[in-house]
Amino acid sequence: MIESLDLLFSASLWAAVLRIATPLIFGVLGALLCERAGVLNLGIEGIMTMGAMIGWLSVFLGADLWTGLLVAAAAGALIGLLHALLTVPLGLSQHVSGLGITLFAAALAYYLYRLIVTVGESPPTIEPFRPLDIPILSDVPFLGPVLFAQTAPTYLALISVAIIAYVLARTPLGLAIRMTGENPHTVESQGLDPTLIRIGCVMAGSALMALGGAFLTTAAFNSFFPEMVQGRGWICIALVVFSSWRPGKALLGALLFAFLDAYQLRLQAVVEGVPYQLFLMAPYLLSIVALILVARRARVPEALMTPYRRGER
Amino acid sequence: MSTVLRLASITKSFGSVTANDHVTLELKEGEILALLGENGAGKTTLMNILFGHYAADEGTVKVFGKTLPSGRPRAAIRAGVGMVHQHFTLAGNLSVLDNVMLGSEPLLRVRSRRAEGRARLLALSERFGLSVDPDARVSGLSVGERQRVEILKALYRDARILILDEPTAVLARPEALCLFDTLQSMTRQGLSIIFISHKLNEVMAAADRIAVLRGGRKVAERTNAETSPEELAELMVGSRVTRPKREAHAIGAPRLVAEDVTVHLDSKPALKGVSFTAHAGEILGIVGVSGNGQVALGSLLSGVAAPETGRLTLEGREIGGLGPRALIAEGVGRIPEDRHAEGIVGELPVWENGVLERLATPRFARYGFVRRGAARGHAAGLIKRFDVRGATPEMRIRLLSGGNIQKLILGRVLAAAPKVIIANQPTRGLDEGAIAAVHAELLRAREAGAATILISEDLEEALSLSDRLQAIVGGRLSQPVAAGEADSRRLGLMMAGVWEELGNAV
Repeated sequence: MIESLDLLFSASLWAAVLRIATPLIFGVLGALLCERAGVLNLGIEGIMTMGAMIGWLSVFLGADLWTGLLVAAAAGALIGLLHALLTVPLGLSQHVSGLGITLFAAALAYYLYRLIVTVGESPPTIEPFRPLDIPILSDVPFLGPVLFAQTAPTYLALISVAIIAYVLARTPLGLAIRMTGENPHTVESQGLDPTLIRIGCVMAGSALMALGGAFLTTAAFNSFFPEMVQGRGWICIALVVFSSWRPGKALLGALLFAFLDAYQLRLQAVVEGVPYQLFLMAPYLLSIVALILVARRARVPEALMTPYRRGER
Repeated sequence: MSTVLRLASITKSFGSVTANDHVTLELKEGEILALLGENGAGKTTLMNILFGHYAADEGTVKVFGKTLPSGRPRAAIRAGVGMVHQHFTLAGNLSVLDNVMLGSEPLLRVRSRRAEGRARLLALSERFGLSVDPDARVSGLSVGERQRVEILKALYRDARILILDEPTAVLARPEALCLFDTLQSMTRQGLSIIFISHKLNEVMAAADRIAVLRGGRKVAERTNAETSPEELAELMVGSRVTRPKREAHAIGAPRLVAEDVTVHLDSKPALKGVSFTAHAGEILGIVGVSGNGQVALGSLLSGVAAPETGRLTLEGREIGGLGPRALIAEGVGRIPEDRHAEGIVGELPVWENGVLERLATPRFARYGFVRRGAARGHAAGLIKRFDVRGATPEMRIRLLSGGNIQKLILGRVLAAAPKVIIANQPTRGLDEGAIAAVHAELLRAREAGAATILISEDLEEALSLSDRLQAIVGGRLSQPVAAGEADSRRLGLMMAGVWEELGNAV
């Protein structure tokens, strides 16, 4: 018992929280951006898988790590464009298209991977991002290892939260995006193009999702394997609801889930006689509880999942 | 006075339907022009062309002497045209200021100038007497307030010409009068206004000039002084439409009786001890300003809400709280207040809508399967008998106009030969021709012996149809008065809650 509480004060737990949260932060931000413009993007799971693959592959083929991230983001945006074209101008069901994109992108990622790496071979590795060792700051007890010795993409994720939050709340473009998710007819009657805004948001959001995937292969691990996203995309979709479509709360939700995940891993080692599957379940169960408590008051964007057709109400 | 706007020979077709046929229209500075016409006469299409929502097939739009490029709302806004849509284009989850500022700034500006925006909005609100709270969320505002936000949105973009599409359709009478005062004061400050309407009395009250559209053509243009409501009605419809008259006839036994009924909505009392008796062959009018308990009354009578206390009986049997399906089976026909939300399912075809309430009856279902042939035939019969124009059994019902949807709902009710008809605002938003048709059918059902409860805000309608009238005020009902003893003045007093001292109740 004491031991399990002691864990809470270990710097390694909290450092792990930020690390585990990073792909979730990217993913939830991306999903949030799509949904704020009125498009549900269930392609997230596949886009993250593709991001993970492309990020790894680029570095494996000789690109540097940052170029790898960039290429992964571009690949994400491209798949996002496909989802956007199907759901925005063509107005197809966003659920169906999203699930299709997930199946397609995950399978395509695996296929491309197999073109390079044959079956049976052990997964080739790359040299991943190293934790930054920010001078002086990283030597501060406790806070140092938690906050100032993460890998670079983690800081990029945190900066992205601030940027998306600022753009949505403070800029005319952000207002137009939010309005597109609420009532695209209004946007059109102000002479703006809701179709373009939606396509842009889905592409940018998908790029963020792909970055989340790429983090897995270029920072958290150093190789790619097909099931590595492991439902993180679906967690992000739930976290968007948890966050009431607000970036700040989305960050909080990602951290909360990551904390539960990191904590249960360590508890498994300390608490004996409980099947480990129960620990694995815990973060998901607690997420559902949190969702029930928080999401009831959430304000869903009114036009979420409603295709916009000009001149029709 | 100079001409600020000129539409020249505008033509627009949708498929085989010509919505506008060479319409030419001019607006002078500082005047209020009414565009009068029935539903489907092409008014809204014309204004959507002017505003750039649609591109015209032929013709030009000139604003302050410059031709507007077609199909570009942004160009119309830049030229100083502002439009207040019939279905407000506001986002409920966002604040008033958000809604007003959208699109008023360059999209890529790094920081939105909200402080300036707020100051400007408040200044405009002061100048035109349109009070709003910039930080209120739109979903919490009344329809009247939302309309003010829409108008301010146009003014915020320096609109010099304001177009209002059926601005009073959603407003209660006092709000409508207030709106027209505002419009007058705007024209004194140099704005020019076009408003679309099919209501003769408000056109006569508010417009300087009136253009009448019929079947896509402009059939006449009159100044206010040189015309009359009668002439306008004739121009609008093409022939003289007269609403049918109620003939005196013998009234039967009590049929639907409420005794001291209380109904709660959202756990608050919304009907407080109301009593009424509707007899066979009688129309009982319930008049009142909206928001005085009509919703609760409608819910009670359609079986959606159950009485907390008191009794509701049909031919002596208790029916309070039985639920909608049981009430329909008991012979209660309902014409709901919001026909789009409660009366129909817009995406379904006409034939399915025609049997929605009677899907469980052997006539339309057997062994759990819908009898499509019977249902389609039924719909075709309704379309023919009730003159539902432009409808086929297969088409999605939401493509019909409001008046034709209402005729279908009415037909669905009457075809079942109901004992009781609940008609809740049956002609709201309909044009003169459709109103006459609905009235005629209600009167025919009365002849046939149905007991009808007519819930209406429209005094003229209530007076012309009802045998007896009761006023609804704050969830209470007045004593009934016979139609012969009621006039609009007395009803007005009753609706204001002054009924105790009137005496001689029936």
